[in-house]
Amino acid sequence: MASTALFFLFAGFAIMCAISMVYHKNPLYSAISLVGVFISLSCIYVTLAAPFIAAVQILIYAGAIMVLVVFVIMLLNLDDQQTQNRLRYLWALGGGLGLVLLVQTFFIFYAVMRAPQQASDQALTVGKTLSIGQSMYTIYLLPVEIVGVLLLMAIIGAVILARRLAQPQLELVVDQELDRRNEEELEDEYRIKL
Amino acid sequence: MEPSLASYLALSGILFTIGTVGVIFKRNALGMFMCIELMLNAVNLTFVAFSRYYADVTGQLFVFMVMSVAAAEAAVGLGIIIAFFRNRLSIDVDDASILKN
Repeated sequence: MASTALFFLFAGFAIMCAISMVYHKNPLYSAISLVGVFISLSCIYVTLAAPFIAAVQILIYAGAIMVLVVFVIMLLNLDDQQTQNRLRYLWALGGGLGLVLLVQTFFIFYAVMRAPQQASDQALTVGKTLSIGQSMYTIYLLPVEIVGVLLLMAIIGAVILARRLAQPQLELVVDQELDRRNEEELEDEYRIKL
Repeated sequence: MEPSLASYLALSGILFTIGTVGVIFKRNALGMFMCIELMLNAVNLTFVAFSRYYADVTGQLFVFMVMSVAAAEAAVGLGIIIAFFRNRLSIDVDDASILKN
């Protein structure tokens, strides 16, 4: 009974935070709402007897990815998003797709009756770090290696993307602006000499 | 008594729907990025729920893989957003129209 109450509490919190994330125009409010979704999902993982995944969820999502996102928001220092000439059919497309997905969700809710109704007792040991680590380095060794190579590629890609000198043609606007400022400074010096 | 598997799947479906609608409605590259993270989390919830009800560790392992892919996506995606902002001084996806004509 307690786990049902906890599930509905955290599910409601997650859905409210998700709606608030989509609703807010300011990216910082969206980011904070998304952290709320991550934390409530992590609590749901604890009630699902997966403590390792719950801890990793907090560490990676709320701790690493969202800090990176907030860093970028602060770095770019954006104004409030103004609505400009938007494509009208996007409203119809988004509303239709959302409606279809919601209908599908309720279909799933009524159709999953052949699935096991009660969680098995064996699952209480499944979520522990020991069993996850054992299968990670025995059966699933190849996927773990592939993920390692993927992370290395992501590091190299992020470094190349963030370098300034490697992509001169992408710096067009900034270069023009700097050139204009330099010319103004030169003119000022010229006037002073005159 | 515990909540049934169907209620976890319903929560996951609702979160995925909100993420999809957000990706389509938001014009801000950072907002779209966060909606994609929300969709990944909805799928993770499905994996963990199935892992619990079938007593199989595979689901939780693949949640771990999805998290690694999300971290890689965050690094590269935010790098692209910063490069785009340097070029156009905006992160509105409607401004990404150099290749349009």
